[in-house]
Amino acid sequence: MDRAAAVSPRTVLEALTRSPLGFLRTAWPWRALGYLLSGGVFATGVYLGVAGLLTAPIGTFAGMLCAAALVVFAVALAGPLERRRLALVDRGDGDGSRGSGDRQRPRRSPRTAGYGAVSVLAVGWLDLAVVLVSLGIPGFLLLTPFQPTALPWQTVAGPVAGALLLPVAAYPIGAWAAVRAAVGRAVLFPKDRELREVVRSRARLVDAFETERRRIERDLHDGAQQRLVALTMKLGLATLDLPPGSAAAKQVGEAHALAKEALTELRELIRGIHPQILTERGLPAAARDIAGRCPVPTDLDLDLPGRLPAAVEQTAYYVTAEALTNIARHSGADRCRVTARCRDGVLRLDIEDNGSGDADPARGTGLVGLADRIAAADGRMLLSSPPGGPTLLRAEIPCAGPPS
Amino acid sequence: MRQSLRIVLAEDAVLLREGLVHLLERFGHRVLAAVGDGPALLSAAREHRPDLVITDVRMPPGQTDEGLRTARRLQAEQPALAVLVLSQYVEQTFADELLDDRRSSVGTGYLLKERIGDVEEFADAVARVAAGATVVDPDVVRQLLARRRDPLDRLTPREREVLALMAEGRSNAAIARRLVVTDAAVAKHIASILQKLDLPPSAPDDHRRVLAVLAYLRA
Repeated sequence: MDRAAAVSPRTVLEALTRSPLGFLRTAWPWRALGYLLSGGVFATGVYLGVAGLLTAPIGTFAGMLCAAALVVFAVALAGPLERRRLALVDRGDGDGSRGSGDRQRPRRSPRTAGYGAVSVLAVGWLDLAVVLVSLGIPGFLLLTPFQPTALPWQTVAGPVAGALLLPVAAYPIGAWAAVRAAVGRAVLFPKDRELREVVRSRARLVDAFETERRRIERDLHDGAQQRLVALTMKLGLATLDLPPGSAAAKQVGEAHALAKEALTELRELIRGIHPQILTERGLPAAARDIAGRCPVPTDLDLDLPGRLPAAVEQTAYYVTAEALTNIARHSGADRCRVTARCRDGVLRLDIEDNGSGDADPARGTGLVGLADRIAAADGRMLLSSPPGGPTLLRAEIPCAGPPS
Repeated sequence: MRQSLRIVLAEDAVLLREGLVHLLERFGHRVLAAVGDGPALLSAAREHRPDLVITDVRMPPGQTDEGLRTARRLQAEQPALAVLVLSQYVEQTFADELLDDRRSSVGTGYLLKERIGDVEEFADAVARVAAGATVVDPDVVRQLLARRRDPLDRLTPREREVLALMAEGRSNAAIARRLVVTDAAVAKHIASILQKLDLPPSAPDDHRRVLAVLAYLRA
């Protein structure tokens, strides 16, 4: 929020929450009042017009026709008007991406027209009511000197109380305007576009990392790993040619053992960098590999239509590996199950265990990292883990696109 | 002195290919051809009709499972051909494909590449596959065991060790040597395992016994 503190408030809500007392000194209360009144006045105008036309001496049918025309006209105006009104209480971000300061024309969608109609013609009344109630009470008190029944002390105390209460009216008006603005903004300026771009750029980053890891994996495999295998082979052959029990045989034998250990370590390292089996054989084979090395017995049920896009496979692999590691470490489960299905362009990956449950992302068991990784692939993670178990972790990842 | 085998070798990494040729010759075998891709393996094996083909799974041009595909094609053409497949990682479906629907008299092996470093074990596996046995990498067996834990819980730790060695295609005598027990003790363990796993005690045929165990593990 420090960045927010550095810039002036963009919406009535920000102004209200950031500095409740300072709020009164800004233009925001007047903007909120203008917002609520404009809707109310417009609605009142329309309703009066309709009532006038229906009762006008032009015949019932013509009256209804004119009234209907007026309503249609009002509805057509309502959308654009609503956006203008919104600018009063929501100045937008000034970055052209959203907000009512948006340089782009409002999307002429049924959504805009519909929201405008509801906002101005129906909720406009409520706006008006909030204004009248908020201002009515202090107004009534201020006017006590003009009331014929008022006692002398009341003619003094009333205006004082009214003057004190008048600024308070700014708060319900501001708050109601803020709520209306938030709804309006959510409906008229959906954030999808911006979020999609953020997700896309994150996905690009993840992809770039993965490509780099694949390159490293390939270099290690084609270089160091092959050399190490050849080295262990040569050392193994050397031990055959040395007299058994000699000092040289002992040294070479030890070197042979060391080389084999190095090879094992390198294999683990390469698997950590980028699993070959995933690239070459796809998700089911790679999942079998993970399950085969998981200390907790794991049932697999992966029913997928062939290969998925590389980024999806990588994310799913990562999620499966991490989740099974978590289960082995924390859950105390003695059985788990991995299910994968692809439906309507979404890969659904369920990892269940019969452990003690109570998995909590806040306790730093890697669940947050998992959620982040899934989010980068434009997916989402759901977790159900009541105390006592069972735990279900579900990842949903969009998997439309060319297979890897 | 063990029998000298006629071998065709396929491996795309030059360093390993040369090392393997050297190793095989050191153990008295003849490498008729050492090639680096699928098509070359196909033509070399058709030309030489070897006793045994040793091939890497991943080779050009496909860089996926070219070696495995070629080996299976060759086995279809030459029913007596023994095949030993080397892989970079444990892939259950490779093992399944290799070991399924096969005539039980033909040797088949599936080993991780790094086993080549244990030269004597590797040479032993080569000889056993050529003799018609089935050899499966311990890691594959371990993964299969990991998957089928429930009924296997009935086995004692010692019996599980024996089962893993059986699945690797070892004879009773070899298992006895490995575990430092008598042959009779091994026979007793095996009878107990087959009984616990409801496997019919088969004829004293190592190979069929291994297949039975693997079939059970994969079930």
